[in-house]
Amino acid sequence: MTKLTLAVTDRDHMQGPAEAAVTLVEYGDYECPHCGRAYPIVEELRQNFGDRLRFVFRNFPLTQVHAHAEMAAEAAEAAGAQGRFWEMHEALFTHQNALDTSHLVQYAGRLRINAAQLGEALTAHTFRDRVREDFMSGVRSGVNGTPTFFINSVRHDGPFDLPSLTEAVEGSAG
Amino acid sequence: MSSSTDPAPMPSAALAPGTNAPDFRLPSTPDQLVSLHEFRGRPVVLVFYPADWSPVCGDQTALYNELLPEFHRFDAELIGISVDGPWCHLAFAQERKLHFPLLADFEPKGAVARQYGVYRSQDGFCERALFVIDAGGIIRWSYVSPVGVNPGADGILAALEGLAPKEKTK
Repeated sequence: MTKLTLAVTDRDHMQGPAEAAVTLVEYGDYECPHCGRAYPIVEELRQNFGDRLRFVFRNFPLTQVHAHAEMAAEAAEAAGAQGRFWEMHEALFTHQNALDTSHLVQYAGRLRINAAQLGEALTAHTFRDRVREDFMSGVRSGVNGTPTFFINSVRHDGPFDLPSLTEAVEGSAG
Repeated sequence: MSSSTDPAPMPSAALAPGTNAPDFRLPSTPDQLVSLHEFRGRPVVLVFYPADWSPVCGDQTALYNELLPEFHRFDAELIGISVDGPWCHLAFAQERKLHFPLLADFEPKGAVARQYGVYRSQDGFCERALFVIDAGGIIRWSYVSPVGVNPGADGILAALEGLAPKEKTK
């Protein structure tokens, strides 16, 4: 049984109450098509479970395969620093074919994020260490590809379609 | 294939920690050969995998490619081995932008995998197996994953840490 080595804390971006019965952690890559497919599934799961589910997203960019994955991850973190992580998260997963820096800055503008500030953070790689920390915590936890999900800290090895994830979350909700 | 082509007794399971890592000499490109003993003095991570191009291998090699800087912190060399030929490896490495050598255990087919006890004769390819070899050429950790399961890298990193109590932090 493979377990999450870095506990969920205030460092994380989370949706849903801290006291939720189930915490779902995703390690994902904004340019990965499988993660793109998982995005609406997780959204639906969150709606269905409501306050019983807390969702956490951590970065796992495979930069050698996906040329824009690192910058997209840094952009999400930069948006997060301005309190808009989830808005950027949605923009990235719904525009996976347009993740070059000029588009990232455009999304920031649209989301009422300070685009100049975000652009500077991308140029200076302000959030590179943070993304790397996410990545290495995933490696240490047995993440072997994207997306990898952990349900209450245990790696979910089954498929990630809605029925499978629903069943797995129900199983952990007790 | 007749057993007369491989006279040495072959282990029936993956070589265990404490065993001397059998030396080998295999093509890394159509015109270059690589020997295990060339890496003596540094840890080596040997990654046996069933085939270039298969989806799980793709994820596994992509992950290790991403982690090369971490392996290099331990001064370790990562080497992939499968029964694919060197031209196949070349195309695979170029397409996936892999920055570590892939060795061709191609002729006699699977000979090195057999020596390490990780050849699947019923399938004609090797197991998805990991070996961490120390600077002195001794196997210090080995792991055989189910063929369809990407073993990840947590076990490799833990084994490398076990070799080097004072990890290089530069």
